[in-house]
Amino acid sequence: MKPMDVLVVGAGPAGLAAATAASRNGCRVAVLDDNPAAGGQIWRADITRPHHEDAARSAAIAAFHTSGAALLPGRRIVDVRSPSTLLAEAGGHFETYRWDRLILGTGARERFLPFPGWTLPGVFGAGGLQALVKGGYSVSGKRIVVAGTGPLLLAVAAHLREYGASTITVAEQASALQILPFAVSLMRSPGKLLQGAGYRKALGDTPYQTGCWPISAQGDEELRSVTLTDGKRTWTIECDLLACGFHLAPNTELAQLLGCTLQEGFVRVDTQQQTSVPNIYCAGEPTGIAGVDAAQVQGEIAGLAAADCNPIPTSLLARRAKEAAFGRRLTHAFRLRPEVLKLASQETIVCRCEDVTFGQLQTRSNWTDAKLHTRCGMGPCQGRICGAATEALFGWQPTSVRAPLFPVPVAAFCDETSSLNAPSAR
Amino acid sequence: MPAFDLAIIGAGIVGCACALEAARAGLRVVIVERGVVGGGTTAAGMGHVVVMDDSPAQLALTAYSRSLWRTLAPQLPADVEYESRGTLWIAADDEEMTEVFSKQATYARAGITSQVLDPRGLAEAEPYLRSGLAGALLVPDDGVLYPPVAAEYFLSEARRLGAVLLPGHEVGRCGKGRIQFTNGASIEAERILLASGANIDLLPSLPIQKRKGHLLITDRYPGVVSHQLVELGYLKSAHKLTADSVAFNIQPRLTGQLLIGSSRQYGDDSREINHAILRSMLERAIEYMPCLKGLSGIRVWTGHRAATADKLPLIGPTADPTLFLAMGFEGLGITNAPGAAVLAVDALLGRASAIDAAPYLPSRIQQEAVHA
Ligand SMILES: Cc1cc2nc3c(=O)[nH]c(=O)nc-3n(C[C@H](O)[C@H](O)[C@H](O)COP(=O)(O)OP(=O)(O)OC[C@H]3O[C@@H](n4cnc5c(N)ncnc54)[C@H](O)[C@@H]3O)c2cc1C
Ligand SMILES: Cc1cc2nc3c(=O)[nH]c(=O)nc-3n(C[C@H](O)[C@H](O)[C@H](O)COP(=O)(O)OP(=O)(O)OC[C@H]3O[C@@H](n4cnc5c(N)ncnc54)[C@H](O)[C@@H]3O)c2cc1C
Repeated sequence: MKPMDVLVVGAGPAGLAAATAASRNGCRVAVLDDNPAAGGQIWRADITRPHHEDAARSAAIAAFHTSGAALLPGRRIVDVRSPSTLLAEAGGHFETYRWDRLILGTGARERFLPFPGWTLPGVFGAGGLQALVKGGYSVSGKRIVVAGTGPLLLAVAAHLREYGASTITVAEQASALQILPFAVSLMRSPGKLLQGAGYRKALGDTPYQTGCWPISAQGDEELRSVTLTDGKRTWTIECDLLACGFHLAPNTELAQLLGCTLQEGFVRVDTQQQTSVPNIYCAGEPTGIAGVDAAQVQGEIAGLAAADCNPIPTSLLARRAKEAAFGRRLTHAFRLRPEVLKLASQETIVCRCEDVTFGQLQTRSNWTDAKLHTRCGMGPCQGRICGAATEALFGWQPTSVRAPLFPVPVAAFCDETSSLNAPSAR
Repeated sequence: MPAFDLAIIGAGIVGCACALEAARAGLRVVIVERGVVGGGTTAAGMGHVVVMDDSPAQLALTAYSRSLWRTLAPQLPADVEYESRGTLWIAADDEEMTEVFSKQATYARAGITSQVLDPRGLAEAEPYLRSGLAGALLVPDDGVLYPPVAAEYFLSEARRLGAVLLPGHEVGRCGKGRIQFTNGASIEAERILLASGANIDLLPSLPIQKRKGHLLITDRYPGVVSHQLVELGYLKSAHKLTADSVAFNIQPRLTGQLLIGSSRQYGDDSREINHAILRSMLERAIEYMPCLKGLSGIRVWTGHRAATADKLPLIGPTADPTLFLAMGFEGLGITNAPGAAVLAVDALLGRASAIDAAPYLPSRIQQEAVHA
């Protein structure tokens, strides 16, 4: 019998675990990712420290390589060509990839909420700044405020400090009361507790201020200072950079383009990680924000299911359930307080691509209405950034997803080869 | 007595323009829309306000409508993005160049200003076009605008004059002064104006076919293109009523973005992108303007034009004395909305029209059918 062709999109923890499991079980597996190397967001390669290795990352990548699965980096899925063919863009031309089973491990992105000054040069996404630093951007000696919400803030602050930044404070909008049960629950996950403790230690004397959030950023050409509040008191801190993010939003666009059903904003999957579309599986952050361990175990289950290895070992199912519970506590602990949804003034830009202000959006009735009449979400990012914000601010559900998922050179539409799992379905 | 003199079905640019014209005439207007205002074909089109001379009747309506747009232009809100960009009808060879001259003569007879450009003049006007083109006809008073906001502008003016918008209501049946919604509710009006674009579910016998088009929009590249550029070969392809066709047609937006078109296809009612058509459309565009290759395309979409056999719209009364039409605008509904609105309200009120309305009367089609 011909081996099954499994295509995995995303080489983060979820995608790598899925590919490894499917490949070990007799499938022909290829992993596509738009980055130059495997690892996804958390295990993004650090060009400044090529030899510095994270144990979990090394283990996952080594297992992936020995499994025989192929990594096809630098390829971005931009469209669906037929029910069983995806279209990737690589270096200015298109390639088609046919699959028997498809696993989506497309991860998440940071969520930004608009407040006056958030578009000033010097204001970065927290994870975005971390990625820049791994790419060689120097923060040595820079005074940085880290603000927003979610465990990512701690990870980023610890990382920035390691690279010589002076992290002035970490402002977490969730209250101590909100976070406490979550922190206590970490006792049940020694690994996560250690990781958390590690971050805390790496933070040194940087304060972690809970129940505290940014209300504005000031500067003329560049950021000069950030104003924080705890709801009673406000104060202004001079700084060079602001690293700011309000937890994560799932990358569900590809799943939507494929017709997979969403539930409360996440891709709906069954016990096998299979989506509403047969033979399409999904693992990691698009199914729920629950961290790297959840991504890995979901990925492994998806890989096994795609390879028809049934039943799934109960130990894996139990681990997944435990991580899912962790994810729910995480979401609950870092839920947004109403105040942070009211930071924008009339003039605050919400859609950066099209310069659409909060005032312009206030009168619109839904996402389609806003898009058509203000052009919000119509620019190059296609609502990736402002869509998560308007969902939080106005409760608008993004409607249709349209190709290409990412901007592509016009010539690519005229230059297409079919690759790997050829012949492609034509 | 019904609460409304006129119920308009469809808040596309045509329905909205009609609502304003009717409200101005003092009618009590309600306009019903199942989706978002301007969210139908109006959201999918290019927004080229253009004089076209396929037939004398088309020339008359587009010239009349363009004059209305030009009068309106100073009042339009900035976000309608109306710009008098001018059209360049590009001739690739000597054969097309003879068309340039005959087009100029036709336009001159209709009082439409135009100017013939030689290859040098064309290269100066649009330096990124490939070399070796034969020339072009510049029609300086043609415009471009952003259609959904234009539709909303008409509607908001109409509402200022008392027109009522009923959003989120899909009409399931209409006629005899009554509109039945799919949610079970209904309203009555003296007259009904059907302006449902390419959707003929409410009157399936209408001689309108969906003609699908593709468009691609790029990131911002200010200054690359200055006019709306259309190949003269477009006339040949737009004329064809059967085969699928593509033509070079590109529009500079105020933002510096470029809209690249266009394609025409019958028999495909889906919204799906047809990759073969898209590819030949973009190949055609690159043929005329090689630098397009490297530009970043951020989105592709499709829309359906409402095509009639003689390429003229259906404006006016039907056999049901309460039911009127403003449909079938093919690729010219943005251009023709203001003129069509005046003609439609003229028909409703029995007023005389500024141009001869006979060529657009829905009854012309039945007559043809009888003769055939
Ligand atoms: C910016 C950012 C920084 C983060 N930093 C940390 C951190 O320091 N510590 C921590 O514990 N957690 C961090 N996280 C959270 C962490 O990413 C998750 O907890 C988890 O590891 C996600 O695993 P995943 O496999 O689901 O997704 P990811 O790791 O996000 O992997 C998804 C991969 O798919 C690729 N991809 C997506 N769409 C396409 C497409 N259409 N075509 C091709 N490739 C595609 C992405 O580029 C990415 O490489 C971060 C998250 C973000 C968004
Ligand atoms: C690719 C493309 C490019 C184009 N370029 C140009 C151009 O450059 N210049 C130009 O002049 N024209 C252009 N056009 C044509 C132009 O877009 C259309 O002619 C015009 O938008 C038609 O407007 P409309 O109001 O008749 O239809 P629509 O905008 O489709 O409006 C009809 C409305 O009726 C509503 N509706 C339908 N059925 C019901 C129901 N049962 N109940 C309630 N509501 C209902 C719909 O939701 C819709 O909003 C182009 C078209 C396409 C497809």
